[in-house]
This record gives sequence, structure tokens and C-alpha cells, in this order.
Amino acid sequence: MLEQFDVLVIGGGPAGMAAAARAAECGARVGIVDDNPTLGGQIWRGESGEAQEKQEAAVWRKAVLAAGVSTFCGTRVFHQSRPGVLIAEHDDDLHVLGYRTLILATGARERFLPFPGWTLPNVMGAGGLQAMVKSGLPIRGKRVVVAGTGPLLLAVAAYLRQHGAEIPILCEQAPLSSLFRFLVTLLRQPKKVGQALLLKKSVGGVRFATSSWPLTAQGKRMLESVTISRHGKSETIACDYLACGFHLVPNLELPLLLGCQIHGGYVQVDDLQQTTITGIYCAGEPTSIGGVESSLVEGQIAGLAAGGRREEAQKLFPAREKARRFAVTLDRTFRLRHELRNLASPETLVCRCEDVAYARLQKQASWRTAKLQTRCGMGPCQGRICGPVTQFLFKWNPDSVRPPIFPARVVHLAAALAGQSDTQTASTLGGS
Amino acid sequence: MPSQVTVMVNGSPVAVPAGATVAAALGSAGQPSRTSVTGEPRGPLCGMGICFECRVTINGTPHRRACQTFCEAGIDVRTEE
Repeated sequence: MLEQFDVLVIGGGPAGMAAAARAAECGARVGIVDDNPTLGGQIWRGESGEAQEKQEAAVWRKAVLAAGVSTFCGTRVFHQSRPGVLIAEHDDDLHVLGYRTLILATGARERFLPFPGWTLPNVMGAGGLQAMVKSGLPIRGKRVVVAGTGPLLLAVAAYLRQHGAEIPILCEQAPLSSLFRFLVTLLRQPKKVGQALLLKKSVGGVRFATSSWPLTAQGKRMLESVTISRHGKSETIACDYLACGFHLVPNLELPLLLGCQIHGGYVQVDDLQQTTITGIYCAGEPTSIGGVESSLVEGQIAGLAAGGRREEAQKLFPAREKARRFAVTLDRTFRLRHELRNLASPETLVCRCEDVAYARLQKQASWRTAKLQTRCGMGPCQGRICGPVTQFLFKWNPDSVRPPIFPARVVHLAAALAGQSDTQTASTLGGS
Repeated sequence: MPSQVTVMVNGSPVAVPAGATVAAALGSAGQPSRTSVTGEPRGPLCGMGICFECRVTINGTPHRRACQTFCEAGIDVRTEE
């Protein structure tokens, strides 16, 4: 039942698709694994608003298929049973995936920050709400406050508006001065200026407030209104949804589990995108939050390097250099302001899985003691939401990652722990 | 392929566009997905399978993430009480 690959790619977004396509074109037997039901990652999820983007997604999708890559969608890697073998779950099936070379393209998730009311239904991530609308949530005629930080907010506001939502306000926590510097940097990249102008056209007329952020969300059993701070004054706005995300954080659980060195919050890689572990590469958002162009170029470099075409990979270094400069600009522009550390009240829940309030965490010294004493980070999301929160609020760092890195069925855990690949045998070990 | 599918959410029919996720069906029905350990109603947060706030019981299998599951005609979706 062991499925063996020359190159195994974890993550089916732009970086993973580019890596898989390039490696397979080199003649390698390639597999690509993604938790989501289809390839494309978050940015190319479902239908896409922008014609140009759609085309790019289609090009890479075709490249992956044409190259004969084996695709495992709806499949989560939760364990490494021994070096070179990953264990993954797809509904009721267990996959044992062997590799000679691994490419990690695990992407990023939104950063959330707690404020009173953030746990109410219909308070969602900005990308989260967009994903929901792409997945069939009706949004026409709904009032959506968009808030947080990062370039994603504009894209989400534009998308929601195109689909009939009313956007009473878009709150960006960054000050106007930072955004102005960001625009000046963009001018050096004509392609990005084009994208920015398109976005501006589609959000024209939306009230865009800088130095603004959500203070509280109100509602009985669902969101009814949001109170924002705007240049130091508070204002309450009735709405159906709050789409709120504070830029992105990389998904580092699998790189950490495998022992890859992390530096400055990102996976450390060499020129060819190889991590500190020989034979394990990393591409896209886990190496720096640089967006789709950066992910595509890093993915191609990793794929070519894994496929043995180093010279071809090297030709892409200048393009990557440019993309990396953009990532640095993004980091600087959308740095979180210190006022956001004071949004939570003592009763505000920080860990949503275990309902652990801010006041209980304030007394803790570290992520580890918080886990032991309060169960913070011990629920099904395993700290994916509250981990980055406590990193920002308390400067805590997770000290280890333990398998399973995703909740898995007991029968699959048993099989993985026994180092066995046969589900039938595993079921005799107990559990379901 | 029909343009709409109907699923059952806590025993009531909900029509959604074909290709919609169970999370979208819950949203259309105005239903929270689960009750937290201290009794708060919760709905989807991340929309991408990370936060586990949208977990529901589908055709008797608990803890399925609604945002990562497509609607199929007639499936029985139960929110956690």
C-alpha cells in the first residue's frame, strides 16, 4: 500500500502546482497532496474574479495534468512514520506516501486577532468570507464590513462587491504614510500597478479608512454590528458580516514536524529552495509572504532542482529576487500596530477551541505552560488560530510540533504509529 | 448536472448552487455550525479547513469540516448542540 514517488509535493496552491509540473517535466514520478477538495490553493479557489488570474490558474492546472502528476486532493498529511514516508488521510482512506525528494508548499493562513465579539457567527476571515462566497454562500445584498490589514482586504472587498455585497467601510490598520510608501514601491513593478489600478476601479466608492480597526463586534446569537476605531474615534456600523484578517502567517506545522530550521518565522532555504534537511525543499508562503508571483517562481525553482535541472532553476533567480523584495515591502507596510495588542478584554476568548479567555492567559509564562494549565491550543485546530495570536500578544513561540499535526481517525493513527500501511491490520488494534 | 442541490440541515431542506460546500449551506440557512465548550454559538471562521469551527455531523459521521465538504443531494447535516 506504500505509494512511492521520486518527488512528492505537499500543497496544491501556485507554489505546489508549479513545483509538481516542473519536476514531472524533468521525468520524475511526482505526487501532489492537498487538503482542499481541488487544486489551486486559496488564491485560485473555485471561480476567480479577475480574467487574467483565471487564465494563469488554468495554465498551471493543465501543466500539472499534462505532466502526469498523481493528484491527492482532500488529503491531509498528519504524520511522518519514518524519514521518507508520510502518512495522510482522505475521509476513510489512509495513504502511505514514500518520497526520495519532498517539496513543502504548505501555503499560509490568515492571522486573526481577538477582540470582544470576534467569536460571533458571521465574523470571519477576509479570505475566509471570500472562500465561503466562492463556495456558494449567497452574498448579494448583504452588508459586509471589511477590516484588518494587508493587500488581501482590497481584493476581498472588490470580489464581494462584484458579487452584489454592500461594503459600508474598509478599515486598514496601517497608517496612510505606510500605504503611500507601498504605492511608491509598486510603481517599480508595472504588472502590480496594473493589478492595483484594476482593484482600485472595482472598489471605487468604498469608504477606505486607514489607521482604523475593529474594537468590538455585537449581536445576540449572530453578528449585528461592528464598532470600529477610526483615527481615534469610535463608530458603530450595522452589518451582516465582518470580514476581518490581519495579513497572513505561514503554515509551518509540517516543516517543523520534519525538523526543518525556521529563521525569523519562515522556513530557511538555500538558493535552490532546499531546507536545512537534504532532499526536503520548500517553496511559496512558508519561506516568505510574497504572493502568487513569488510562489510560482519559487515552486518552479524547487521543482527543477528536485528534477535535477539546476541550471534551468538558476535562470529563475533574478525573478525570485524581485519577488522577495516585494515580500519585504509587504511585511514592512502591513506591520501590526501596538494598539492591536489591547483589543481583547479580560473575558475575550483567545483560544476558540477550548474557550480560554485572555485573563487566564495573561498569568502564563509561555505557550507550553499555557497549554498545560489552560488547554490553550489543545483543541482540534492545534493552535493554528491562537498560536499566532499569542505570538503577537505575549511573544510566545511554540516549542515543538507533535504528530498527528491534523486530527486523524484513531484507526489511521494506530496504523501510522505501528508503522503499518494496512488499514485492515490497524483496525484490529482498536478504535474506529 | 442540476444547477441546484438540496441538502437537509437539522431536518430542514436547504437548496444551494451545485458545487457549494456544506458551510455555504449552513450560511444560507442562517445556522451556526456548532456550540463551543462554554455554550457559545459558532460559525465558520477561516473558510479553508484550518480552524475547525465549522465541524458538523454529516450522514452520521461527526467532526466533518463543512467548508471542505461539497454538498451532495439529500445528505443529512446536523450541527453540534
